[in-house]
Amino acid sequence: MMWTTLKRWYHQLGSPRFFYRFSSVVLPWLFPLALLVTLVGLVWGLAFAPPDYQQGNSYRIIFIHVPAASGALLGYIAMGVAGLVAVVWRMKMAEVMIGAIAPFGAALAAIALFTGAVWGKPTWGTYWQWDARLTSMLVLFFMYLGVIALIKAIPDPRQAGRAAGLLALVGVINVVIVKYSVEWWHTLHQGQTLKLTGDSTIDPAMKWPLILSMFGVYGLYACSVLWRARAEALWRERRSKWAGEQV
Amino acid sequence: MYFESFEAFLAMGKHGPYVWTAYGFSLVLLGVELVRAWRRHGQVVQQIRRQQRRESQTEE
Repeated sequence: MMWTTLKRWYHQLGSPRFFYRFSSVVLPWLFPLALLVTLVGLVWGLAFAPPDYQQGNSYRIIFIHVPAASGALLGYIAMGVAGLVAVVWRMKMAEVMIGAIAPFGAALAAIALFTGAVWGKPTWGTYWQWDARLTSMLVLFFMYLGVIALIKAIPDPRQAGRAAGLLALVGVINVVIVKYSVEWWHTLHQGQTLKLTGDSTIDPAMKWPLILSMFGVYGLYACSVLWRARAEALWRERRSKWAGEQV
Repeated sequence: MYFESFEAFLAMGKHGPYVWTAYGFSLVLLGVELVRAWRRHGQVVQQIRRQQRRESQTEE
């Protein structure tokens, strides 16, 4: 049952025309909702959550730092999956998705690096350290830029999609390194405090605004991907009847 | 609200410059990227219209 549903979704969302219609239904409510959830999470974290007993108020950077960093990692995994589908099954929409996922992911990686540096100064006494977590995150940022550059460099969009798909797929190994870098190596960066399974070691008064801002940022990311992907799908299908009707 | 006054909120203890620099950078970058993504569709529609006009002119 689940398998047939998944298969139907795969084929429907793989059709540019269906994807275009689907995204035009989803976006009008997804964007306001994501924006609202993000703002509630950030204002709650900035103004209403209690300060950290060690770090004081500088810890409030967490409410943008963690959503950005986790969004950049999740986005890269999604891009890797799209890359796999593009390389193995040569699905058109998967090629489109790679280019649609990369820009917002690059922005989130840049935000994670910048806010981390600004947070590091009052907390660790330094903006930057070439340790495992920080360096692998910088590599993630460059992987995103590499995917964007590769798509721009190859004139044929289908070839560009497959080449970028391969790069995206290979780069997933770096996501694993980022994720486990705080456990495998000694690093300045603190370990994970918010856990899906098991007990989180973060105060509930800080946990809920963090969860809200995380889902808000993921929602905004999804909007960016849908906007870019539907525009690209329309462009690639401009010779078809359905696309002509949209113009 | 945790803070006693708006001034205290802006000051963030001694960490105001760090917190507001981080948030300012993040919100500007997110805003720019969202606007760019949102505008792609309109740009593509314009491009397609231009191409259609060029092609109908060469047919005549």
